[in-house]
Amino acid sequence: MKGGDIVLLVGTLKGAFFLRAPATRTAWEVAGPYLAGRAVYAVAGDDRVGRRRIWASAASMHWGAVLVSTDDWGRTWTNPEQANVKFPAESALALKQIWQIVSGRPDEPDTLYCGVEPAALFRSTDGGETWTAVRGLLDHPHRPRWTPGGGGLCLHTIVLDPVTADRMWVAISTGGVYRTDDGGRTWTPRNVGIRVEFLPEKYPEFGQCVHKVVQHRDRPEVLFLQNHWGLYRSDDAGDSWQDVAHGVPSDFGFPMAVHPHDPDTVYVLPLESDEFRCPPEGKLRVYRTLNGGRTWAPLTRGLPQRRAYDTVLRDAMATDTLDPAGVYFGTRSGKLFASKDGGNSWRLAVDGLPPVVCVRAVVSADGQRRRATARPTGRR
Amino acid sequence: MTRVTFLIPTALRPLTEGRARLDVDLPRSPPSLGEALDALWAMCPAMRDRVLTEQGDIRPHVNIFVGTESSQWIGGLATPVPDGAEISILPAVSGG
Repeated sequence: MKGGDIVLLVGTLKGAFFLRAPATRTAWEVAGPYLAGRAVYAVAGDDRVGRRRIWASAASMHWGAVLVSTDDWGRTWTNPEQANVKFPAESALALKQIWQIVSGRPDEPDTLYCGVEPAALFRSTDGGETWTAVRGLLDHPHRPRWTPGGGGLCLHTIVLDPVTADRMWVAISTGGVYRTDDGGRTWTPRNVGIRVEFLPEKYPEFGQCVHKVVQHRDRPEVLFLQNHWGLYRSDDAGDSWQDVAHGVPSDFGFPMAVHPHDPDTVYVLPLESDEFRCPPEGKLRVYRTLNGGRTWAPLTRGLPQRRAYDTVLRDAMATDTLDPAGVYFGTRSGKLFASKDGGNSWRLAVDGLPPVVCVRAVVSADGQRRRATARPTGRR
Repeated sequence: MTRVTFLIPTALRPLTEGRARLDVDLPRSPPSLGEALDALWAMCPAMRDRVLTEQGDIRPHVNIFVGTESSQWIGGLATPVPDGAEISILPAVSGG
């Protein structure tokens, strides 16, 4: 592994793969499968305080789910003797799946979070050695009324406010968005304006099937949200949401990613419907807004535009931090598409993987080339 | 004193130093399956969380047989285990 290499962490239903490329991102070397046979629903890199750590959730249908990590790019993995994410006995809940792993803020280098099914948030303050359920959410009075979506009752999204230390958002299918402003002690639903198609009440306080929420760290009060039908933007930290599905062929979809250097640039991948979770018209198109959701335009160069029935799941899209930014997504049919120019053009990086569940991009040490003012090319 | 033998599935043998069979001696006669499993956890602590959920239930896709009978049909963890019995821990036929 060379400094400056981009590494895509790809979780699949049959293990994890690491795709490595130099910063030119022209050719990808595939390593893996790691954790072969286990479903890897979540991956994350942790480079705080000099770490070179990669976390993965490893779930066996038979033997349960644990969090494991590697510090040597997959050569060796931790293998916790006891399951490290467990519900307390009095909750009467049992872990089914770990859907999300997120590093804490830079000034909390030993803090990590994970979101799980059944919907709950766990926190570690010792670098991932031990994990504890966040009680304010575990004991939330809404819990009995949350109901499982198609993927189960999962807490799949964790967004940390980069400025306000005690503020955090989570998203639950189906529970909706919840925000804490006191470090997790209390949680308030933040779903005003988000429509529900599957309940008689179309704008309930909670119960939305939110698929993904993203935020740019330079503008933390602005959030974008891909709903189970609906694309939304909030300018007030989730207090209210406005429909911004202008120009997409369908506002149903799962993944959403924000450009690393431009808070107005967001990517989605529309699917036809919740009945037919494939790209509309068999055309695999990423849609990008360059103006914070006022308009969306298709990105098709290099993507199959005929008989493409690839489904892309909620965590299977990611960006890197280079300039120009790389954008990546994996499909349930085992393809990994990569763009090295902010989405203007795409290449099939690798084919034949097991169904892809999650993708994250990390830059190996010494390769960070952040440029906060950089903007993507393309017509605005 | 009751002696039972656990038959360990391949996937869990890294937790038993590769052994496929483990003999366990229990003071009560007959012990329950739950008591026999507790004795197994005492020998191989890492195995417990693989076989049971944190609530102490046998995982949904794991089957435990006492002899040739699945414990789920003959009393679950309360199933009495006779002296000399073989207890098989097996992954269920499931997957995808």
